[in-house]
Amino acid sequence: MSDIDNLRSTWLTRIADAKDESTLEDARVAALGKKGEVSLKMRELGKMTPEERQVAGPALNALKNELNSALVARKTALADAALEERLRTEWMDISAPSRPGQQGTIHPVSQVTEEVIALFADLGYSVAEGPQIESDWLNFDALNIPSHHPARAEMDTFYMKRAEGDNRPPHVLRTHTSPVQIRHMQAHGAPCRIIAPGRVYRADYDQTHTPMFHQVEGLALGRDISMANLKWTLETFFSAFFGKDVKTRFRASHFPFTEPSAEVDIQCSWENGQVKVGEGNDWLEVLGSGMVHPKVLEAGKIDPTQYQGFAFGMGIDRMAMLKYGIPDLRAFFDSDLRWLRHYGFSALTPPSVSAGV
Amino acid sequence: MKFTLNWLKDHLETEATLDEIVEALTDLGLEVEEVVNPADRLGTFRIGYVKSAEQHPNADRLRVCMVETAAGMQQIICGAPNARAGIKVVVAQPGDYVPGIDTTIQVGEIRGVESHGMMASERELELSDEHDGIIELPEAAEVGQRYIDFAELNDPMIEIAITPNRPDALGVRGIARDLAARGLGTLKSGDVPLVEGAYANPITTHLAADVADKACPVFFGRHVRGVKNGPSPKWMQQRLIAIGLRPISTLVDITNYVTYDRGRPLHVFDADKVHGDLTVRFAKEGETITALDDKEYTLTPEMTIIADEQGVESIGGIMGGAASGCTDETVNVYIEAAYFDPVRTAHTGRALKINSDARYRFERGVDPAFTPDGVELATRLVLDLCGGEPSEVTKAGEVPDTARRYDLDPARVISLVGMDIPRTEQVRILEALGFDCAQPGIVTSTLAAVAGTAPVAESGVISVGIPSWRPDVHGEADLVEEVARVASLTKLEGKPMPREAGIGEPVLSPMQVRTATARRSLAALGLNECVTYSFIQQSSAALFGGGSDATEVANPISSEMSHMRPDLLPGLMEAATRNQARGIADLGLFEVGMAFEGGEPEEDALHATGLRVGHTAPRNAHGTRRPVDLYDAKADAEALLSTLGAPVERLMPLRTAPAWFHPGRSGVLGLGPKNPLAVFGELHPKVVEALDLKGPVVGFTVFPANIPFPKAKTATRAPLALSDLQSVERDFAFVVDADVEADKLLRAAKGADKQLIEAVSLFDVYQGPRVEEGKKSLAIAARLQPKDATLTDDQIEAVAAKIIKAVEKATGGVLRG
Repeated sequence: MSDIDNLRSTWLTRIADAKDESTLEDARVAALGKKGEVSLKMRELGKMTPEERQVAGPALNALKNELNSALVARKTALADAALEERLRTEWMDISAPSRPGQQGTIHPVSQVTEEVIALFADLGYSVAEGPQIESDWLNFDALNIPSHHPARAEMDTFYMKRAEGDNRPPHVLRTHTSPVQIRHMQAHGAPCRIIAPGRVYRADYDQTHTPMFHQVEGLALGRDISMANLKWTLETFFSAFFGKDVKTRFRASHFPFTEPSAEVDIQCSWENGQVKVGEGNDWLEVLGSGMVHPKVLEAGKIDPTQYQGFAFGMGIDRMAMLKYGIPDLRAFFDSDLRWLRHYGFSALTPPSVSAGV
Repeated sequence: MKFTLNWLKDHLETEATLDEIVEALTDLGLEVEEVVNPADRLGTFRIGYVKSAEQHPNADRLRVCMVETAAGMQQIICGAPNARAGIKVVVAQPGDYVPGIDTTIQVGEIRGVESHGMMASERELELSDEHDGIIELPEAAEVGQRYIDFAELNDPMIEIAITPNRPDALGVRGIARDLAARGLGTLKSGDVPLVEGAYANPITTHLAADVADKACPVFFGRHVRGVKNGPSPKWMQQRLIAIGLRPISTLVDITNYVTYDRGRPLHVFDADKVHGDLTVRFAKEGETITALDDKEYTLTPEMTIIADEQGVESIGGIMGGAASGCTDETVNVYIEAAYFDPVRTAHTGRALKINSDARYRFERGVDPAFTPDGVELATRLVLDLCGGEPSEVTKAGEVPDTARRYDLDPARVISLVGMDIPRTEQVRILEALGFDCAQPGIVTSTLAAVAGTAPVAESGVISVGIPSWRPDVHGEADLVEEVARVASLTKLEGKPMPREAGIGEPVLSPMQVRTATARRSLAALGLNECVTYSFIQQSSAALFGGGSDATEVANPISSEMSHMRPDLLPGLMEAATRNQARGIADLGLFEVGMAFEGGEPEEDALHATGLRVGHTAPRNAHGTRRPVDLYDAKADAEALLSTLGAPVERLMPLRTAPAWFHPGRSGVLGLGPKNPLAVFGELHPKVVEALDLKGPVVGFTVFPANIPFPKAKTATRAPLALSDLQSVERDFAFVVDADVEADKLLRAAKGADKQLIEAVSLFDVYQGPRVEEGKKSLAIAARLQPKDATLTDDQIEAVAAKIIKAVEKATGGVLRG
């Protein structure tokens, strides 16, 4: 059957030599199309004797299958080659800058406030709030600061203007977050554990003071809460906040709304003007605290013979400066975009106890 | 409050070092703010003797001196006119730092001759301004001795902060008492011996009836004749200089000395300048006085003054008058010690803006019982330092009685402080501070039997008498504080608080969660969070509907911070202006905080406000940069509303944005005209210009509190009904009047068949050729989602017809051919 061998070799060569899809298609039609050479051969089978057909039939069928396979293989090879050729030309400069996106940021005050909330939430404290324009009574009198008390003058209070004929004492821009204590006690009573973060105001502006800043107040009331509990609470908080063991030192002080009162220092070291918390032999004053004064409990409608507890107030901005090494308080409120981007935090990393603060 | 270590030792017998004292003071609540130790600055300078002084070979004004020093004979070149052989001088050796010239001395050559040190003037040692020559010391000065030791300048100055409750610590003696109670030494006797009067006091003092009950209940006076005034002795001057006071004359220095030594302000009149009797009374409206600071003050009737027959001679408790003040010529002096009411003194001092050492003490409360001792102590000092002869002391009024007692339960101290301070220690502390402890509790026989000790009870309350110098103590809590601070809070050990069992409840309120979410969402939209001041200038506030008197701060620190902000946009716009001045033209800022509608507490509302200025992106190779427009602000507002749970698809766009927005390019998104959830738009060009900003400027505010909270308290979501049937999308273009709002058309189309039409979106807005003038073409795509069976062509056509009809009815729009 050298006939068939010839056919095979002729057509396989033509398929292999096809340089593109259309020559390949021409080859297919010429071989296997209706009038293709192989197809015509198959039609001749009918004229053959049964014996001849028994030999030629399978041979032709095999040839047809072989050519079909070769066609598919060639077609795939041609497509691969074409794709390869296309990819070779499709070069882009991967070093060129991408389309600019916008990277928003969270202000350090917000981030640190959330850190403080997360840590105190774990200790069972909820978050209380109060207005920034506050009555003179809640900001001062209720906190055992009567009108003649020198602490009033020392607080550099901002007062709201009173209309002519309005003889009420002027409202103040709260000088501390402590009025929230009174509001909370009056509304919810004891026992309680709250923190109250927020804006406060004092008429002072220099290198280290701004007329507005942020405080967080803490208040815990119960039957037998002591100053020793306060010390544990603050040390537990500071160690979690700064991510290392931080010792505190309590120093006697005086605040009208707490008694006994203590200024609290945290352990630190100073190196080249840079402070490092939680190491070294120096102390840095960070907050005021004490046992809630019986008069303050009374102002909050709580019986001081039944309940006692501690309160503290610390600067959020200052905590942010200490933790993140931010040098200048005034820049917090200047909204310099370069500062916001440098010291700001990603939108997608809210602090949590599980992920760390 | 400042004092020196040696001054303290006048009252405290102690072996404690300076460091120990400083540490104890701070721990006791007398926080040390500064310690100035002269030895740190002047300790290296030693005394030398100028053996010879020869003319410098190359300079007319210089001398070559051979000086005997601690380091042997040294050659020192000196230009001082008084540098000569035979004098004792102060020598700075090579390596010594000289503070007055901010220089470290080195061996050097001056005009060809070597010099091994320097001889110092007082100015070079910062002792005075004297610089006419070098310091010359008396013969007694020993070569090699430290100059500060010889000159008795080696007395460290300590400055402490005084909390308002501690007027007793405004005298050195009170500080010594605290340290003694802490165990740092023994308090020396402070008894003031009486000085006998030799003659009747020629000046009588009267207390007007209305001042005698409270404003000035007692006034002691004494005449001393034949004194000689002049500079006070060196020891007194050095102490006064060390604490920052300027020595004036002996009589005046004595009053300042007693003020600091005992916390007892005094006044001395030149008795010959007092006309007739003295009367303590309230000032008459408009009376004036020229005080010792040479300023004239106009007085009002709430102010307590001391007057003679000619007029006001002194402002009670605050400052004396210049006319009757003592001078070097004074020969007869009248010493005053009185008690003035703290509250009135504070008000007067504040009104007159006088800050004096006397006011500072009287307004905190001086020890009334010490008033007569004040006169005696001053008399003693006057007699010792100025000579003279004292009259009898006269007294007007009575020393106010401050005697009072409070019960202290020692168990309460332990419970509040959380530290085991034994009852006996509590009593010891209180008594060391001058409190008087009577213990009516159960007395144990063994303790009572101990010889010489008072019986000590084991339990029960202690009745505590309050000393006259502690006006701040008003109850048990104050006594607890006294015990705690002396026992030392530094020793306090932390004690854990119990934790609730199980997993903690959420602690944030829904609104607090919303506030935090708002911040995170806006930052995720690419905006940078700012914290701007709550007060802004009136002109800016007025642009945003604020600036009223009700929101005015009465005492702003500057006119730029005079009014509470009515809106967060002005603060953000001013921040943007500052950034533009720094060369940043494109920016997106936001703030979440309170805006103030009025000046009463809680007349405020939470705003979440954003601002976009300039372009959406920096210049880039991808062509994505375009100017911001109102749709950026609207997208931000909608994104935030959606995150906060607002039903965004139900919100109505209203053309009712406030006047600070562009009237044609701004809107409100609300659940009705009375319930706005957000405003957005381009800022009004006039507002942009007024705030000096370069546009375009768009902004938005979302009002988080206005968004309804979900009523259902369940976490379960509504079931999701998904169809497997193919949806069909059909496009339409309608020609409508140019001022027809797209929202109206979209709602009409969507409402045409609520069953089948799942969504309608706008994909093109066209005005121009082939659309009539005053009209526009809006192209929409409607997606039809069958639920039961695949849509037939007829069904699709029927819905299309409904859409066309509904749009036509709602907007007058016709299908574009």
